[in-house]
Amino acid sequence: MSDSTNEVTAYTVRLELVDRPGELLRALEPIAEHGGNLLSIFHERGNLTPRGHIPVEVDLEANTEQFDDIVTALREEGINVIQAGAEQYSEELVIVLVGHLVETDLSHTLSRLQSETGSSVRDFSLSAPEGDSGASSARLRLATQSGQVEEVIGTVREIAAEKQLRVVEPLAGGGEA
Amino acid sequence: MRVAIVGAGAVGSSVAELAGEYGHTVTALADSGSSAVDPDGIDVDAALERKRTEGVVGSGDKRAALDAEYDVLVEVTPTTLGDAEPGFGHVRTALERDRHVVLANKGPVAERYAELAELAAASEGEIRFEATVGGAIPVLSTITDFDTAHITAVRGVLNGTANFILSRMAAEGLGYEHVLAEAQDLGVAEADPSFDVEGTDAALKCVIIANVLADGDTEYTLDDATVEGIHELPASALELAKADGRTIRLIGEVSSDTVRVSPRLVPQDSALAVTGTRNIVQLETTHAGRLNISGRGAGGPETASAIFADIGRLEES
Repeated sequence: MSDSTNEVTAYTVRLELVDRPGELLRALEPIAEHGGNLLSIFHERGNLTPRGHIPVEVDLEANTEQFDDIVTALREEGINVIQAGAEQYSEELVIVLVGHLVETDLSHTLSRLQSETGSSVRDFSLSAPEGDSGASSARLRLATQSGQVEEVIGTVREIAAEKQLRVVEPLAGGGEA
Repeated sequence: MRVAIVGAGAVGSSVAELAGEYGHTVTALADSGSSAVDPDGIDVDAALERKRTEGVVGSGDKRAALDAEYDVLVEVTPTTLGDAEPGFGHVRTALERDRHVVLANKGPVAERYAELAELAAASEGEIRFEATVGGAIPVLSTITDFDTAHITAVRGVLNGTANFILSRMAAEGLGYEHVLAEAQDLGVAEADPSFDVEGTDAALKCVIIANVLADGDTEYTLDDATVEGIHELPASALELAKADGRTIRLIGEVSSDTVRVSPRLVPQDSALAVTGTRNIVQLETTHAGRLNISGRGAGGPETASAIFADIGRLEES
């Protein structure tokens, strides 16, 4: 996208934890300490890795510098980091939808966006004030796979067009300087 | 140089008023229905005063200005689409007389670029149009100075009226209609703002940039542009953008084969998030990274400055 290190990206980190109390907390601390924003934790307690450890998948947001620090800190803590970054949902995009969002079945719009774009809605915000000629706005943060942003935006545009919604897209490549 | 000015609106009047300061002589000035012509230089103050009081710049007809003695014709009539007349005809007349032409009128350059190039090739006169894009900002000359082959993309905020509306809406949380009315009171928006708010003006500028970048390989017209304006964008959209550290700007983009104008989300601290009527253009270059140039994109003296820069280049060449 850009060479800027201030750009916040969503990352997925896979960890292996030893099955003992406090281990999960110990793994999450470095994330907060280095400015990462924890999005979700998938703690597969019933599942064991071949080495008998518990796999944990952590989704977080950070800029590249913070992310590097987080991974380094986790490893220094002796936590086994199996995979970091560049896998699923490694790019994020924010769009604003404008129009008769509620009347055109918002939850249907959102589920179509997720299923047809293959991305996940990480954050959603609706503003539907009175007196804006019935038009409301919604801001969506979509986590999408690396390199898929253009395709996702294309699909969002199609779904929006069907429902006569306007899409305010992010500017790819520009504006970060 | 001896300068004939066709068009006596804000830009034409400024060119007439400032010509002396730049060492030029105005030998003719015309508006849509009249002209003042004098090979030794017209009385600019008297012509503009007559325009204010009687609605005409002189006693001659417009044709007399086109037939007058001049080295460069300054074409600053209002932009028209499609056949781009009468502007295109004015340019043709001057080039056929082997005279130079400097335009601020976007119509001929955006809609009939290839024909203009042909006319210019057959003429001793040259054609320049820096003032058509970004007012006082040297956009086109920077592109040609860098060499078009070394510019990979151009994007920017190219319409001051739309930018004023969006930045006021974002800053004050006001609705579209409210801010539009305010812009009209301030003279920032015209009584019929559609040209600006529907994105047409920005699109014409992008088409001109695309034509300059294509360097004759492909011709672009307004029909080749994908255009979406800011018309009736709700305040809530800007609020939601703001809550996420972003804002919305009407962005024009020109890349290898696409010309697009649309409202876009940009970070609030981005160089593209200029406020008020300010314009900005970002050039992506092959060897020098990103270049940002910003300034006043409209206005009489501002646009006249770009016209005088063009006349200066004609003197050097």
